[in-house]
Amino acid sequence: MTFLSDTEAIGRDLPRRDGAAKVLGSATYAFETPLDGAVHLHPVQSTIARGRVTELDTTAAEALDGVLAVLTPGTAERLASTDDRELAALQDEEVGFRGQIVAAVIADSSEVARHAAALVRVGYEQAAHETELRADRDDLYTPESVNPDFPSDTAEGDVDAAMAAAEVTVDETYTTAMYHNNPMEPHATTALWDPDGDGFLTLWDSTQGVHPTRTTIASVFGLDEDRVRVVCPYVGGGFGSKGQPHVHVVLAALAARALPGRPVRLALTRQQMFSLAGHRTPTIQRCRLGADKAGTITALAVDVVERTSRIKEFAEQTGLPARTMYASPNRRTTHRLAALDVPVPSWMRAPGECPGMFGPEVVMDELAERLGMDPIELRIRNEPDVEPGSGKPFSSRNLVGCLREGASRFGWSERDPRPGVRRRGDWLVGTGVASSTYPVNRMAQSTATIRLEGDCYVTEIGAADLGTGTWTTLPQIAADALGVPVSRVEVRIGDTDLPMASVAGGSSGTTTWGSAVVEAARAFRARYGTEPPDGAEATGSVGDPDQKYAKHAYGAQFVEAHVNVDTGEVRVPRLLGVFAAGRIINPRTARSQFIGGMTMGLSMALHEDSVLDPRTGHVVNHDLAEYHITANADVDVVEAHWLTEHDPHVNAMGSKGIGEIGIVGTAAAVSNAVWHACGVRVRDLPVTLDKLLPALE
Amino acid sequence: MDTEITVRVDGVPRRLTVDTRTTLLDALRERLGVTSPKKGCDHGQCGACTVLSGGQRVLSCLTLAVTQAGAQVVTAEGLASETATTDEAHEQRHEQRQHEGTHDGTHAAGRCLHPVQRAFIDCDAFQCGYCTPGQVVSAVGMLDEFARGWPSAVTSGTEAPRLDRAEVAERMSGNLCRCAAYVNIVPAVQQAAEASAARTSEGAAGTGVAR
Repeated sequence: MTFLSDTEAIGRDLPRRDGAAKVLGSATYAFETPLDGAVHLHPVQSTIARGRVTELDTTAAEALDGVLAVLTPGTAERLASTDDRELAALQDEEVGFRGQIVAAVIADSSEVARHAAALVRVGYEQAAHETELRADRDDLYTPESVNPDFPSDTAEGDVDAAMAAAEVTVDETYTTAMYHNNPMEPHATTALWDPDGDGFLTLWDSTQGVHPTRTTIASVFGLDEDRVRVVCPYVGGGFGSKGQPHVHVVLAALAARALPGRPVRLALTRQQMFSLAGHRTPTIQRCRLGADKAGTITALAVDVVERTSRIKEFAEQTGLPARTMYASPNRRTTHRLAALDVPVPSWMRAPGECPGMFGPEVVMDELAERLGMDPIELRIRNEPDVEPGSGKPFSSRNLVGCLREGASRFGWSERDPRPGVRRRGDWLVGTGVASSTYPVNRMAQSTATIRLEGDCYVTEIGAADLGTGTWTTLPQIAADALGVPVSRVEVRIGDTDLPMASVAGGSSGTTTWGSAVVEAARAFRARYGTEPPDGAEATGSVGDPDQKYAKHAYGAQFVEAHVNVDTGEVRVPRLLGVFAAGRIINPRTARSQFIGGMTMGLSMALHEDSVLDPRTGHVVNHDLAEYHITANADVDVVEAHWLTEHDPHVNAMGSKGIGEIGIVGTAAAVSNAVWHACGVRVRDLPVTLDKLLPALE
Repeated sequence: MDTEITVRVDGVPRRLTVDTRTTLLDALRERLGVTSPKKGCDHGQCGACTVLSGGQRVLSCLTLAVTQAGAQVVTAEGLASETATTDEAHEQRHEQRQHEGTHDGTHAAGRCLHPVQRAFIDCDAFQCGYCTPGQVVSAVGMLDEFARGWPSAVTSGTEAPRLDRAEVAERMSGNLCRCAAYVNIVPAVQQAAEASAARTSEGAAGTGVAR
């Protein structure tokens, strides 16, 4: 695939094409699909964390006026595949976590469905459950691989010997909390089973990938894929939790098939999302660094302990970034899992990189402190020439550029390295830095079609826009690939009736779909030249990536933190990120993704913490009043900048993916800045005042 | 128990029968098909359901529909048609064609947007768009509260407050945005306030906008 060098539309600051629809509220999200005669579905959830349902009394629920059906393991249809136990809704009486669906009510109205769900009486035979993650558990195991298919462990050289011989060492343990994605749009599905002929299932589902969702649901129900359609023009946020269908999609389809011809609406409540829509596992990261006095790292180890669900394994690749970030002749990374009676963990923005750049980037700061060295210079000193592990050359690597540019913009050169010595009024002031990285991912399959309709080049691909800007950026790519003004390109996305598109995950959307669009445009021009007839059409698919290079985006996060001397309250008046993420397709939507990711990183640093009560297996703060995410007043100045980066090896657009890198490293930079402000090293997220107060007194 | 009520929604009287438990939000979304206000939490914790009732911003998920009999309810969608003059509408339609390229059936085209809505687009003050109608309505209600001299938790002393970053952020903190467009929402609200101030004659003392 050749590089698009003449760009007219790519790089332009164009407003979102779906802007008017979104500010009006006329963009249609899954639950809102206008359909006549729609009914409502409400799940009943288990109140124990492990055991089996021994009694389900639905009499009172069924007696309620307006109730159409109550689905239970006794009445729900048998699914064709129950291999994925998360998706095996109502197939047996076993309970694997608190909040699991044990029944569901279909009714004329949402009020009646909810009321009736509360009237279903459930009896249990309760078994002892375990939810507590500890590094000293005796049942930890090594997963076969970590998400999606990386080796669990890696080792080069001899870390223990190198640590013993090192002039300066750090050996500390860091933890990140359990987090919930919490997109603003609750997970929702409207399902319709048309019984005519062999039957046809339509799902209006809030999903990051209509085609992957169709594949999964068709398999679970034993349907041919051409008998399932998934539609999703708009997604009210996902951050990974809508990357794979969760059980509610299966439940909605079950209900629709139980009531042929009636559209069934299901929107999880905010509370239900805490057990049914995925989450990020808490992690325990033992991080070790050994270095000589000049700051050259000689030993680097990250040993991760994290949690998965007993009913389905998800192994977050937390140790991954430490494998390639800095040079070291001796290196070891490991992952150990505890399979417990908890809801099923899944993808959340930058799985692996996000938690996996907390410990490693704080331990770098601690090493810099012990060396008496500037933390930026320490990072620069340990730049690798080639990718550690693989030995591949980097397609481009501008971490140093990001650090230098950020230092200049942030005013780093004036920084006094001593902690706890700057006071402004009642506030101690500090600054911190951390690196950021994210791989350039490309999915194996995606296809686009371009067709001339009158004056307009219609570009079709079943891609998703979860706020990322796809509606706006794909036309920019198509326009340049075709050599036409962007105003002559229309895109159609979010429907399995369109050509197959991969999931919007791993920051791979633009790389994958954009590549398919470029291929389609080239096929179109090759076949029809510059004078195509009306109706001319061509198709193209994403090609194989260039395997010769190691491909990553990089960034540097700078934070100013203030700590109140009396209360320990932490404020972050300034966040500044500089990124090297290839060519930026649209600076407006790109900036929003960067600052959005950085702000979510701030949220992780200071606020977010799903508190799972080990006595009940219940996330007790399961709503937005108690699971704190940043609100407007928590955020002050957030700046995102990027370097001009020309990388012809990543794809025809030269883009690297920007949806996730913004969150990576932010929490470490906050913790480092808090240490610089008040001298307290917080190794356990979130950085809350209770962890600072004892040292401030 | 069912009750019949009439509510004026976006200027149109709507007669409907509601379960007395029905919230204004569910009445709008599930009974009337008015889906501009969004359900994000159903507990008054996120602000996505914000509408104007009698000109004031309210959380429609915490408002029972039966209490709104005879009320004037305005959603983000209703803000649009309420405002623009003919000239503005023409200008906006032209601008929007420029923005949106040619024709795209899934996108609202040719609507007359409220200054707050235009500012949100100009400042890219949203990504996924789900909290956006609530943010927009909340901003409209908030600017009105501000113009009437209501203080906020960050207003200091007895001087007339200025619409600076801290004031806007504080007053908009009832509306959560997980995409975290906050640093674009604040200037969008300020820009809309400036646009309104520019249209209003000299009488706008005490509504100075500062960045």
